[in-house]
Amino acid sequence: MSGTSPRPALPQGGRESLEGPDARGRFGAYGGRFIPETLTAAVEELTAAFETAQGDAAFRQEFDQLSKSFSGRPTPVYRADRLTQAAGGAQVWLKREDLCHTGAHKINNALGQVLLARRMGKQRVIAETGAGQHGVAVATVCAKFGLQCEVYMGVEDMARQAMNVYKMRLLGATVRPVQSGSQTLKDATNEAIRDWVTNVRATHYVIGSAVGPHPYPLMVREFQSVIGREARAQMLEETGHLPNVVVACVGGGSNAIGIFAPFYDDNVRLVGVEAAGRGLESGAHAASITGGRPGVLHGSFSYLLQDADGQVVATHSVSAGLDYPGVGPEHAYLHDTHRADYVSVTDQEALDAFHQTSRLEGIIPALESSHALAYTMQLAGKLPAEELVLVNLSGRGDKDLDIVRASSE
Amino acid sequence: MVTRLSATFARLRRNHRLALIPYLTVGYPSRDATPTLVQAAAESGADAIELGIPFSDPLADGPTIQAASQVALKSGVTVAGALEAAAAARTRVDLPLLFMTYLNPILSYGLDRFCRDAHDAGVDGLIVPDLPATESAALRGAADTVGMDVVFFVAPTSNEAGIDAACRAATGFIYCIAVTGVTGARAELEASVIPLIHKVRRHTKLPAVVGFGISRPQHLAALQGEADGVIVASALLDAIARAPQDAEDAVRRFLTRLRPSS
Ligand SMILES: Cc1ncc(COP(=O)(O)O)c(C=O)c1O
Repeated sequence: MSGTSPRPALPQGGRESLEGPDARGRFGAYGGRFIPETLTAAVEELTAAFETAQGDAAFRQEFDQLSKSFSGRPTPVYRADRLTQAAGGAQVWLKREDLCHTGAHKINNALGQVLLARRMGKQRVIAETGAGQHGVAVATVCAKFGLQCEVYMGVEDMARQAMNVYKMRLLGATVRPVQSGSQTLKDATNEAIRDWVTNVRATHYVIGSAVGPHPYPLMVREFQSVIGREARAQMLEETGHLPNVVVACVGGGSNAIGIFAPFYDDNVRLVGVEAAGRGLESGAHAASITGGRPGVLHGSFSYLLQDADGQVVATHSVSAGLDYPGVGPEHAYLHDTHRADYVSVTDQEALDAFHQTSRLEGIIPALESSHALAYTMQLAGKLPAEELVLVNLSGRGDKDLDIVRASSE
Repeated sequence: MVTRLSATFARLRRNHRLALIPYLTVGYPSRDATPTLVQAAAESGADAIELGIPFSDPLADGPTIQAASQVALKSGVTVAGALEAAAAARTRVDLPLLFMTYLNPILSYGLDRFCRDAHDAGVDGLIVPDLPATESAALRGAADTVGMDVVFFVAPTSNEAGIDAACRAATGFIYCIAVTGVTGARAELEASVIPLIHKVRRHTKLPAVVGFGISRPQHLAALQGEADGVIVASALLDAIARAPQDAEDAVRRFLTRLRPSS
């Protein structure tokens, strides 16, 4: 585990409601709407549609109903006895988002946003994807509703997550290879935004994480916080207690914000785990908060991996879903206000946790989630046996088998 | 206050002449090319010049400007380097110079420091495509301190509130985006830009300048009498890309063909 960076002073105004953001989409100083003017009206329309939908019982009912019958919610929490034993300290519990339809938490947001796109009368849906889990989730919901779906994906990610490319095509989506830049998630996001700028009138852009201009970070949090609401109630029911610590991996931060938000008002420690790649000192990592500084990318102000001149730098993580230089603005705010802690875990530590969880629990985790598991094991070993650590097992590892096999050869 | 931009547009208006504003990516096609190309453009009919500071993730730009930005970044162009290039260009020309850049490089440099240094380099205005008027208070303040113009955009998709916000926040001119899309040379000029200019006229007396896709003499002819100027970016960079060994000649030939001197 690598240490955290020094924290900048609190943004003016100090501790605001953790429920944020304000009307301008700001979580403290972070967030906002840094977008080309061509998108402004569409983003305003989306904000209004989202607010109306949130207040509409019929929308919430449709979301809840499909979350149950289509996505397979609620997902259980699971006491991981052999991981607990191996850690030798606190009890380790897993929130089983790996059991969701399509294999990751990404379906929660995809379902919510595609339902919203339908309400707005948009016939065409676009998305970016890194690991392919978000792309598969969006393609899945679009197939269900008969919407046209195009997914931008960097060619490096298409190679390392080939099975998900095939799945998206099976589901009727068009996968658009992105050749520019580092050919990973950042560049796929650039291309998706350029597509949206060009086709904005008839197209909804389903951003896959808690990033982007307002209202995306808020909207993604709202659709993903079903994870934390369920987990909170389940922990109380099964153990009689809230967890002492909640741990989640952080790429853009959607699974983390989804499990964190319902615990904001509780005396529960929240820990986000970023990808340290080959180590923070190596420069080859994707740890935006622990290794970056605030800047603007993809429509919002948040921590960003950039060089001294403000150019966004190439990132590295063994996990495609964490291989992104930015992070959602609410995480930047949680970091600065000390409501959550951010740490990082290397490729090797994540791979070790991947193997350990597979062997000890019969659960093959996604490489993204393996980052959260690796930190959880280190932490649980230092905590007393009566404490509970809940980790968001954000997805399953089927998509990662080729990478893991190659890494162990 | 009379600025280089306002004086230029006032003179052009009196002469019923469209402002021709070419765009050059700083450090493209080679690291030190920019001051020479600025002079070549000034001598070939340009009325003002936009200098692009390259950014790694230009999300409002199409393939041409993306490629030029990559070339410039690889050759080592920095914000400080762009300021030096502008200062060098300023010793050769007297027309207005504007910087076009995404927000992050200048945020990283420091908005106050950037505006001060740009002003000292002889730059007259700023264009930041990922900074809408509603988020612009900090830059506006930094620019006002040194008397720097800040240009904002209106698009075919803008609603009345968006047009109003851009027109209130802007100084120098209003940038009217001709297409719903990213930058890149296009064969046709969309007719919808004319009503967009008319809408802008109802909100401001500032000049209305059309950009995105402008590439041909017919486009200028169609805008004569409607717009106050045109920005020509990708088509010019495409011409440079076809003859990178003789970029200066490519700039001269492209601009004089686009608007033959009368
Ligand atoms: C299983 C899984 N977990 C986590 C992530 C990272 O995204 P986020 O930080 O938005 O949860 C991804 C992204 O692809 C993923 O597939």
